[in-house]
Amino acid sequence: MSTEALYQELILEHNRKPRNFREMPDASRTIEGRNPLCGDALTLWVKLENDTIADASFKGQGCAISKASASLMTAAVKGKTRAEAEELFERFHQLVTGTLPESEQKSLGSLRALGGVSKFPLRVKCASLAWHALHSALASDDSEVSTEREGPEPPPLEGA
Amino acid sequence: MSARDLIDRADFPLLEANPDLHYLDSAATSQKPQVVLDAMMHYYAHDNANPHRGAYALSARATDRYREARERIASFVGVRDSARLIFTRGTTESLNLVATAWGRTNVGAGDEVVITGLEHHANFVPWQQLVNEKGAALRIARLTPDGRIDLDHLASLVGPRTKVVAFAHVSNALGTINPVADVCAIARRAGAVTVCDGAQAAPHLPLDVDGLDVDFYAFSGHKMLGPMGCGVLIGRRNLLEAMPPYQTGGDMIEYVGDERSTWNVLPHKFEAGTPNVGDAVGLAAACEYLDRIGMSNVREHEQAITTLASARLCTVPGVRVYGPSPAMRSGVVSFTVGEIHPHDLATILDEVGVCVRAGHHCAQPLMRRLNVPATARASFYIYNTEADVDALVAGIEHAREVFG
Repeated sequence: MSTEALYQELILEHNRKPRNFREMPDASRTIEGRNPLCGDALTLWVKLENDTIADASFKGQGCAISKASASLMTAAVKGKTRAEAEELFERFHQLVTGTLPESEQKSLGSLRALGGVSKFPLRVKCASLAWHALHSALASDDSEVSTEREGPEPPPLEGA
Repeated sequence: MSARDLIDRADFPLLEANPDLHYLDSAATSQKPQVVLDAMMHYYAHDNANPHRGAYALSARATDRYREARERIASFVGVRDSARLIFTRGTTESLNLVATAWGRTNVGAGDEVVITGLEHHANFVPWQQLVNEKGAALRIARLTPDGRIDLDHLASLVGPRTKVVAFAHVSNALGTINPVADVCAIARRAGAVTVCDGAQAAPHLPLDVDGLDVDFYAFSGHKMLGPMGCGVLIGRRNLLEAMPPYQTGGDMIEYVGDERSTWNVLPHKFEAGTPNVGDAVGLAAACEYLDRIGMSNVREHEQAITTLASARLCTVPGVRVYGPSPAMRSGVVSFTVGEIHPHDLATILDEVGVCVRAGHHCAQPLMRRLNVPATARASFYIYNTEADVDALVAGIEHAREVFG
C-alpha cells in the first residue's frame, strides 16, 4: 500500500506546524486522551459558550497522523455546536474507516486529507484519538479518554 | 562451517512465499520452519489422544510424545530434571504462575520485591499487583545510561526484606544481555528467590539453566521457532513442591475428597486440564532445529548482523540507537530517527516490506526512564541477512525524505 495517500502534504504540514497547539487556562473542559497501544497521549482543551465550541486546543506527543488529525480537528470544530461537532465526528469516522460515500466527502473540507487512513486500518486509532477525546469532552465531566474503550476498532498493533 | 551456511531461509514457508519481505520483528514472534509445522501435523494426524488418561495404545502414544517433548526441551535449555519444567501458555503465564502461586504464599506485608527498570510488562505488572495486594513494596533497580542494570543500585535495594529479585535475562526493548550470575549472587546473599524472564534469551543464546542457578526461569516457544500458545516455567524442585497449585482441575490431582484434595507430582501439579501436546511437540521440533544449527552459531550470526545494523544505522543522520554496545546485546536494535515518530516510520518501512515494531514494546516503565515516548525496534533472527539491513536503511532514508 502506497503511503503517499496517507502522508499527504497537508498532513505533513500540520504535523510540522500543528494549529491550536497550546494550553488553554480558561477552558471549560480538559481531557487526557491516550492510545495505550503506541503510548500516544494528548491533552485537549475546549471552551464552550452556551452550546457552541468557542475554542479548542491541544498539546501532547504522537505520530504525524494523530498530531495532524488533532490540529485539523481543533480548527474544524471551532464555532460548531455540540451536535454539529458530534455529527462531524460521525462523518470523519466514516471517512477514516472507508465507509463515507465519495459524494459526502466534500463536506468535510480539509479533514478529507485524512481519507488515506482508510487504507491503513492500524492507523485509524491514531486519526481518531483527538476526536474520541472531543467526544468525551462534550459528553461528560473532566476525565480521561482512551481509544481502547471506544467502539469497534482494528486489531491491536502491538505484540511483545 | 560458518553460521550462515547452516541456515536456510527456504526452511521457512512464510519467508519463502514472500521473498520481498524483510521480517525484522522476531523479538515479538519468530517465523516457523516447515519441520515445526510438520511435527505438529504429524502429532495430530497419527498420535492424537488425551494423554495420561486413556487405557489404550493411542493415549499411551500421546503421553509418550508429550513426555518426549518435555525431555527434549529440557535438554535443549540445560535442565537435567525434566519434571521441574512446567508447560504454560507462554512467558506471561509462567511469570504470573510464580507471582501468584509462590508469591501469594511467601510475600507478606512489609516485604519487598526487587525488579529492574527494563522489565517487560509481563515481569513488572504481576509483581506490582502482588505487592499492592499484600502491602509489600516494589523496588525498581536503576539503569545505566546505555540501558544496562545498575548492579550497585540493585545491590543497595536488596536486603533482609527482599523476598524476590525478578529480572529479564535479555531486555526485549533494548536487547541488553544482563549478568544473570551477578544478579543471582546479590539475591542469594539476602536469601531472596530469583525469577528470570528468559523470553528473549532462550531463542538467541546458548542456555544452561541448571548452571545459571536461578530459582525460576521462564520462556515462550513462539519466539524460538515454535508455535504460539506454548511456553515454559522451570522451577527449583523444592520450591515447586512447597508451592500451592496455580490452577486446579483435571490431571493435576492425586486424590479428590469431598472436602479436600491432594496434588499430583511434578510437573503435573502445575498443569491443570488437558495439556497442549501438539504445541509442545512443535516446540520440541523447534529445539531440534536450533540444535542442528547450534546455539553458538545462532548467537554468532545474530551478533554479526546486529553489529552491522547498528553501524549502518549510525551513519544515517538523525538516527539514535539505544542500548549497550552490540557485544552486550542480543539481536535487537532500538532506535529513533530525528523527529519522525516511530509509528510513522514503521508505516513507511512497511511500504517497502520491512516489518519493525514501533511503540513502547510493552515496557512503558523503561520508556519513561529513557525519556522517549516510543522507539522503533528492528530485531533479527537466524533467517535475517545483510539484505534485510540494506532494506531497513533504505527505508529509513525514504522516511527522512517524506518527513523532510
